[in-house]
Amino acid sequence: MGQSLDLFAAVSPEGAWTVTQVTRRARAVVEAGLLPLWVRGEISGFKAWQSGHWYFALRDRSAQIRCVMFQKDNRRLPAPPQDGMQVFLFARPTVWEEKGEFRLTVVDLLSTEAGGLWQLAFEKAKAALAKDGLLDPARKRPLPPYPLRIAVVTSPDGAALQDIIAVTARRWPVAELLVLPTRVQGEGAEQEICAALALLCRVEGLDLAIIGRGGGSREDLWTFNHERVARAVAALPVPVISAVGHETDVTLCDLVADVRAPTPSAAAEAATPDRADVLAELAHLGARLARGLAGRSGRVAERLDRTLDRLAATLERRLERHRHELSGLAGRLDALSPLKILERGYALARDEQGRVLKRVAQFPSGLRFRLRVTDGDVAARAGES
Amino acid sequence: MARTPPEPLSFAQQLDRLEEIVRRLEAQELDLDEALKLFEEGIERLREARERLTAADAQVKQVLSDKAGNLKVEDFDG
Repeated sequence: MGQSLDLFAAVSPEGAWTVTQVTRRARAVVEAGLLPLWVRGEISGFKAWQSGHWYFALRDRSAQIRCVMFQKDNRRLPAPPQDGMQVFLFARPTVWEEKGEFRLTVVDLLSTEAGGLWQLAFEKAKAALAKDGLLDPARKRPLPPYPLRIAVVTSPDGAALQDIIAVTARRWPVAELLVLPTRVQGEGAEQEICAALALLCRVEGLDLAIIGRGGGSREDLWTFNHERVARAVAALPVPVISAVGHETDVTLCDLVADVRAPTPSAAAEAATPDRADVLAELAHLGARLARGLAGRSGRVAERLDRTLDRLAATLERRLERHRHELSGLAGRLDALSPLKILERGYALARDEQGRVLKRVAQFPSGLRFRLRVTDGDVAARAGES
Repeated sequence: MARTPPEPLSFAQQLDRLEEIVRRLEAQELDLDEALKLFEEGIERLREARERLTAADAQVKQVLSDKAGNLKVEDFDG
């Protein structure tokens, strides 16, 4: 604008320009006259090519411009824009010589809609995870109360790992920490995290996993919003605590994890009991154990006493019964005594030697014998039969 | 008294067992012989648990995979 073109300077000696000359000239003019700038408009006819480049038009009510965003630029974005979306583009106006087309080479793209592309990508991935039930609260597993092997998926040089190690060493040195080192940000970090998670699945005897990193920009934390990473976290065979960034940053990884911790230190706190508490609990159990046994033996002694009492009482009763039986027997013995028979008027005959005479043949005529009657002896003699 | 040593349990299982022993001892339904046996086991579990808690020293290792894809666990010095 305002710059006048020298219409004669570029005239070829042949008189007419070639198409190539014109487009090249146009491109030079456009690029010189329109330095990279921000453009506002609505996306239309969006297409992502196999090559990874994006093609679309940016338009407003009365005009439109063809746009291209190359893969090297668009790969920094979390998701492609959608038709109808209001955006700001930072772009270099140029002329695409092969098509003689005025167009914008887009370097950056911001959506003006709430949360922008990041939010869009987040919501899309979240919806996919929800559809597969991965956000279902019923999926959340309880954390093991006394973990002995804890896997930690994070950067080996981050402050996050140092925090986790320090908290675990202080609270629960009983546990062994197994670090699965991975990059947590930058190009390809999500593949590395997924590889680390796959490795984690092969570690034996794990009780628990912690995945996370310290705070960072939205772009830095974005690795943990990849659907692939979230699915790998959801597929872990052990309960997992996610701690990505700070309190306010919630990632998809946090959403699929069994527990979300606001910071890596908090994750280590959530993962471990305090050894001092557990030792106190053991001491308490020990005291109850001792009391339990003491109570038990006290009760046994009591019962023994009661048993002895009952035994004594039983013996007493039996003795009493025996005494009764004995006196009964004495009575019966008494009844059987010969003296009792004599009392009833019978007499007992005995010879001089005291032998009892029971038969007639034992009484020859004139035999002297004695008769025992109830109150004494009488001398007697057998007469003529 | 000849007794087989208790089989290895996880720490949590050990604590659970200990709780159970204490509860049963407190429940008053055992004869003395049984109570003594439980008490002995309880003391043993208690000793083991305490040992596990105090013997350990925080260990940090790292898990890597070698070129063949085999799991490799080594000390971590970070």
